[in-house]
Amino acid sequence: MEKDQDKILKEVTQGEYKYGFVTDIENEAIPKGLNEDVVRLISQKKNEPEFMLEFRLKAFRYWQTLKMPEWAHLIIPKINYQDIIYYSVPKQKASGPKSMDDVDPELKATFDKLGIPLDEQKMLSGIAVDAVMDSVSVKTTFKENLAELGIIFCSFSEAVQEHPDLIKKYMGSVVPYTDNYFAALNSAVFSDGSFCYIPKGVRCPMELSTYFRINAANTGQFERTLIIAEDDSYVSYLEGCTAPQRDENQLHAAIVEIIVNKNAEVKYSTVQNWYPGDKNGKGGIYNFVTKRAKCVGENSKISWTQVETGSAITWKYPSCLLLGDNSVGEFYSVAVTNNHQQADTGTKMIHIGKNTKSLIISKGISAGFSQNSYRGLVKVVKNATNARNFSQCDSLLLGDKCGAHTFPYIEVDNKDSIVEHEATTSKIGEDQIFYCNQRGIKTEDAIGLIVNGYAKEVLNKLPMEFAVEAQKLLQISLEGSVG
Amino acid sequence: MSPEERASEGIFLGFQYPIEIPGVSMVNFMKTAVNEQRKHKGLEPLSSSDFLKLMREKKELVELDADLVSRSVNEGFSGGEKKRNEIFQMAMLEPKLSILDETDSGLDIDALKVVANGVNKLKSPDNASIVITHYQRLLDYIVPDFVHVLYNGKIIKSGGKELALELEEKGYDWLKKGVE
Repeated sequence: MEKDQDKILKEVTQGEYKYGFVTDIENEAIPKGLNEDVVRLISQKKNEPEFMLEFRLKAFRYWQTLKMPEWAHLIIPKINYQDIIYYSVPKQKASGPKSMDDVDPELKATFDKLGIPLDEQKMLSGIAVDAVMDSVSVKTTFKENLAELGIIFCSFSEAVQEHPDLIKKYMGSVVPYTDNYFAALNSAVFSDGSFCYIPKGVRCPMELSTYFRINAANTGQFERTLIIAEDDSYVSYLEGCTAPQRDENQLHAAIVEIIVNKNAEVKYSTVQNWYPGDKNGKGGIYNFVTKRAKCVGENSKISWTQVETGSAITWKYPSCLLLGDNSVGEFYSVAVTNNHQQADTGTKMIHIGKNTKSLIISKGISAGFSQNSYRGLVKVVKNATNARNFSQCDSLLLGDKCGAHTFPYIEVDNKDSIVEHEATTSKIGEDQIFYCNQRGIKTEDAIGLIVNGYAKEVLNKLPMEFAVEAQKLLQISLEGSVG
Repeated sequence: MSPEERASEGIFLGFQYPIEIPGVSMVNFMKTAVNEQRKHKGLEPLSSSDFLKLMREKKELVELDADLVSRSVNEGFSGGEKKRNEIFQMAMLEPKLSILDETDSGLDIDALKVVANGVNKLKSPDNASIVITHYQRLLDYIVPDFVHVLYNGKIIKSGGKELALELEEKGYDWLKKGVE
């Protein structure tokens, strides 16, 4: 603990985005631009079966008919989709490394530097990682150990080759390509991601995680994650993301689909730390993500936890479709915006089954010139008897140039349901900081202490190892925001 | 000097109205403070077990309810609990000079005794306390070595503990007249 605190201090005083480095590695990329040929090329590069190409083409054609959505409380500069590289892979000795020896040392070094060692001997025990750089998965660890339990954990591309039946059955079943603009775009050009299948009755013994890294310039990252939890199974899943510091904006449009069957439980945690742009708002990642879980079975449960500190613009609403009777959806979120960052994030809880329950705890923290919005929908359909929702949306403001906004939507068509919404807005008081100062605590540390206290309810939901990481991240993100 | 430097150099300010910090546990708050001050003095931070031991000791010394330290800093504390918590923090930080700003305001007699006991127990040849008050009541329990009367930013009268008794009897007006 002491060591952690010292490290925090050091990091706070340095306080820069520490993942901003670029790995010098040879890339194989296709030319910039987007058209049907590019979609075909991606599919061909990945040696995909026919049904995948069809899916992509349908999505692409549909996307062309769409306009970028403008309802979010965001100012998004026009994105030139012809100026993006849609497929870029770090060159490796062999395609799809089978052992550590096949992984490029530069790549290994990169992930080491990010604190994600790919070498299983050196890894934190109890966490299996799928590491994705630019458009492809570099390495998935502990695959064999998991396979013994019947758990499939691999890159999406591998799943397409090895388990096409599962992909065919579930891909697009939670987030269809017609869902929204970015979902359609992703469905057309996605290049990789993670796939996870937990068979009936299996409790996954380790944390599964995907680590996303954008490295190459001018590329977009479009990945898909698909998680299927069969009856009576359990899995805890974590994703992390970083990107180099660049003056240009880069697009990240992902899809996460989760299917939760009878009595199964999935915990999905995100620590999002994409490059947020510099102090003047130059550069940074556009993070436009569609995440949704479908609680199909009775007594199923999905829990989303997100700590969002990075990205120039965030647009994401991890949602829960509560179809099964007695199913439960939870959403815990901390979103921090500083400098010129913008975030429009929240959740959707759709109650369809009987006795379904949902809980929303959202903590927004805005500093600098940033804009931070919570947007959430709670919907109870006519037959969802006894549905229950509780929402708590808190906003914390640091300084007087930032904004916090709350857009709750509540639609209830069932008279036996109870929906509650609570919201607060507060500022870190100067008197609180002074009180800490008087006890010998520096202002930066005082803010860290207060902000972490404020976000504790959410941070506590993260797996242990990542909770510490997230605490530090909060503090670093707010460096220099008061004073 | 910034407030945190002054604090680390050994000056402690007991607040008249202690501030609530929701979500921040007393343990975390005190640990950060203690270790920041140790760092200032070039000392290693305390290990978790040493820290908890120190906390237990000081808690007993100032008769602080055990459950108060597991709660958020001052959140939902009664007036008396808040003041007791100030004395507890003073005990933890072992300052050279403590300034207690109207520590007696809003306290009932029992709480007053507990707070005064704490202050007395912490008294040593190596430290000093400035107790700011309007009433003799507190001084029945904390017997001062010196009494000073502050008026418009200046000390206008100094004396021993008898001065406080004299003030209790005569009020302050006669002193003001002397100045004006």
